[in-house]
Amino acid sequence: MFARFWLLSRVALAAATAGTLVVAPAWADDAVKIGLILPMTGGQASTGKQIDNAIKLYMKQHGDTVAGKKIEIILKDDGALPDKTKTAAQELIVNDKVSFIAGFGVTPAALAAAPLATQAKIPEVVMAAGTSIITEKSPYIVRTSFTLPQSSTIIGDWAVKNGIKKVASLTSDYAPGNDALASFKEHFTAGGGQIVEEVKVPLANPDFAPFLQRMKDAKPDAMFVFVPAGQGGNFMKQYAERGLDKAGIKVIGPGDVTDDDLLNDMGDAVLGTVTAHIYSAAHPSEMNKEFVAAYKKDFGNRPGFMAVNGYDGIHLIYEALKKTGGKTDGDGLIEAMKGMKWESPRGPISIDPETRDIVQNVYVRKVEKKDGELYNVEFETFEAVKDPGKAKK
Amino acid sequence: MNAPSDVRFHAGRHARWHAAEIVFWLAALSCAFVFPSRYLIMTDILRLALFALSLDLILGYAGIVSLGHAAFFGVGAYSAGLLALHGIINEPVIALIVAGLAAAVLGFCTSFLLIRGADLTRLMVTLGIALLLEALAERFSDITGGTDGLQGIEMQPILGLFAFDMFGKTGFFYALIVLFLLFLLARRIVHSPFGLSLRAIRNNPLRAAAIGVPVNRRLIAIYTVAAFYAGVAGALFTQTTALASLDVFAFERSADLMLVLVIGGTGYLYGGLIGAVLFRMLQEIFSTITPQYWQFWIGLVLIVVVLVGRARLHRWVLFVPNLLITRIAGGKAAVAVPESEGP
Repeated sequence: MFARFWLLSRVALAAATAGTLVVAPAWADDAVKIGLILPMTGGQASTGKQIDNAIKLYMKQHGDTVAGKKIEIILKDDGALPDKTKTAAQELIVNDKVSFIAGFGVTPAALAAAPLATQAKIPEVVMAAGTSIITEKSPYIVRTSFTLPQSSTIIGDWAVKNGIKKVASLTSDYAPGNDALASFKEHFTAGGGQIVEEVKVPLANPDFAPFLQRMKDAKPDAMFVFVPAGQGGNFMKQYAERGLDKAGIKVIGPGDVTDDDLLNDMGDAVLGTVTAHIYSAAHPSEMNKEFVAAYKKDFGNRPGFMAVNGYDGIHLIYEALKKTGGKTDGDGLIEAMKGMKWESPRGPISIDPETRDIVQNVYVRKVEKKDGELYNVEFETFEAVKDPGKAKK
Repeated sequence: MNAPSDVRFHAGRHARWHAAEIVFWLAALSCAFVFPSRYLIMTDILRLALFALSLDLILGYAGIVSLGHAAFFGVGAYSAGLLALHGIINEPVIALIVAGLAAAVLGFCTSFLLIRGADLTRLMVTLGIALLLEALAERFSDITGGTDGLQGIEMQPILGLFAFDMFGKTGFFYALIVLFLLFLLARRIVHSPFGLSLRAIRNNPLRAAAIGVPVNRRLIAIYTVAAFYAGVAGALFTQTTALASLDVFAFERSADLMLVLVIGGTGYLYGGLIGAVLFRMLQEIFSTITPQYWQFWIGLVLIVVVLVGRARLHRWVLFVPNLLITRIAGGKAAVAVPESEGP
């Protein structure tokens, strides 16, 4: 017993010492710090990794000094768990005195940080999460990713125009999935289409096989699919195994399911899949070609749309700092970001001054083989699409 | 000296407060003033400590192993979340107790499944219950919010006086007070004759039954109490973060809890508390150094802690010489290792 209490006091002492060590070291005064909160572990890790890579690439290309200030990125892993996001955001704001918080792999994470951004009056740059409501939760939120209604409404219209009458839907059961389904349904049924089967699959560890059988039995013209970026490969594998490609049921949907990150390994079953999305690695612009080549050179694989979201996010931060001359008060930065326009690897984009959400082109693409590799080849462009989720109001 | 007074004498002797314990709690309180900018992470540690205390009650004192303790944590978390979200009970303290009781009811009901089996059965049953609840929470997403979690929880001030603030100061003191009160209660329980009978059961259930300890009833009682504790820990989680999502039931949460107790040690109440501090601090340090691969280093440290801490250092010192002797001479190890020494 005595030994234990002796141990106890020793441990308490050790803990106290360790605690002081954890406190962040002092930084140079003329540095601007950016707190980057991303899922680097767990099921959403690929999102975090792509954004982190893209930011590293951008800083390598553009230097780490803006308007005379050195940019420091402090990366924190939240494993896509909102309580971790909140803790990380608080630590970054209070202890590290960051001027921006950025990243946010999933919607609940972005929402959890929103009140902190409001309270601390610092910009929250959302680089991944795609639910429409996010930017309404704080006047300090700016988004450089996309919203699911942006792409889903367009694929809905496209399906109607191209003779697709009956659609079965398969979406992940969480906010972005429900957003995607609702906007698709609205546009598709308004044009006279019919949803014959509606399936929501659990987000965690989904097994698509039983659902796919139901899809096959419903004999639709096409199936509308939304699964988060990392799950597309698994979905396509089971889609081919169940023979839905041979049954002539095509996949349509927002482009998450054919994310460039995984597309090349999906096999030939994916050929002919038509999706509407914001970015394709095959986007035919000089800037994109350079971006893809540089990304491939540094990280060994193709950038997906998450990488572009991160690349544009850090660009927005750089440009805002240039505009304020390196001043870091939150209101000034948000004002600077509003209405900003630039050319991104995905095409021309801008920040809507009213909603602080991204306005961008949405491309309709078809998966084709180019030089032996699978690509989303763009064949139709809808210019400067605002978030339909908010445009309605 | 007759038997009851003998028991009371020994229990009383162990129940006395040691100086180190007082120092420990003073240190915990002083953290609030030493690290005023780190309330959220310290609150996180307190919640984990209470949760670990709960597992220690059944594992360290009654010898019940569990890989599904998150079930009670989750029930407490969702109860507190739903109570606040729908405005059923707005007062956080009462909601906390109600959430704990909800978990206790579940603990009581499921305890009957536990008293039948041995360790392996218990591991499987507890794990199963937690998985089952997680699946249910996912299925009934209209109630639980599914993967998105409960959105829009707004906590009322504690006792109508102390509002939860953005940077977690109120939450920290609230959690600390709850932890301390429940710790006092736990301390009282384990030093009572009831607690002693639990230890008898842990050491040898058959012998305990033979001397007249009602084994099953005692196990049901302590399991229910532990479930209450875990439920309160879960409710604290929801109340201090205003979040409740499916991961409250996650297997990782139960598994992490085991690790906390492995680090801190079982059967003396402080194990969970110390383990929680060390575990979170390791996580914090490693994830700051390498946000992508911190889990590797945590795993490595845990393996070292378990091997060195558990298997007694001197055995490892003699491992190589003994191996050489057995290999070369082909006989029994010449250097004797005392087997019966315990920590």
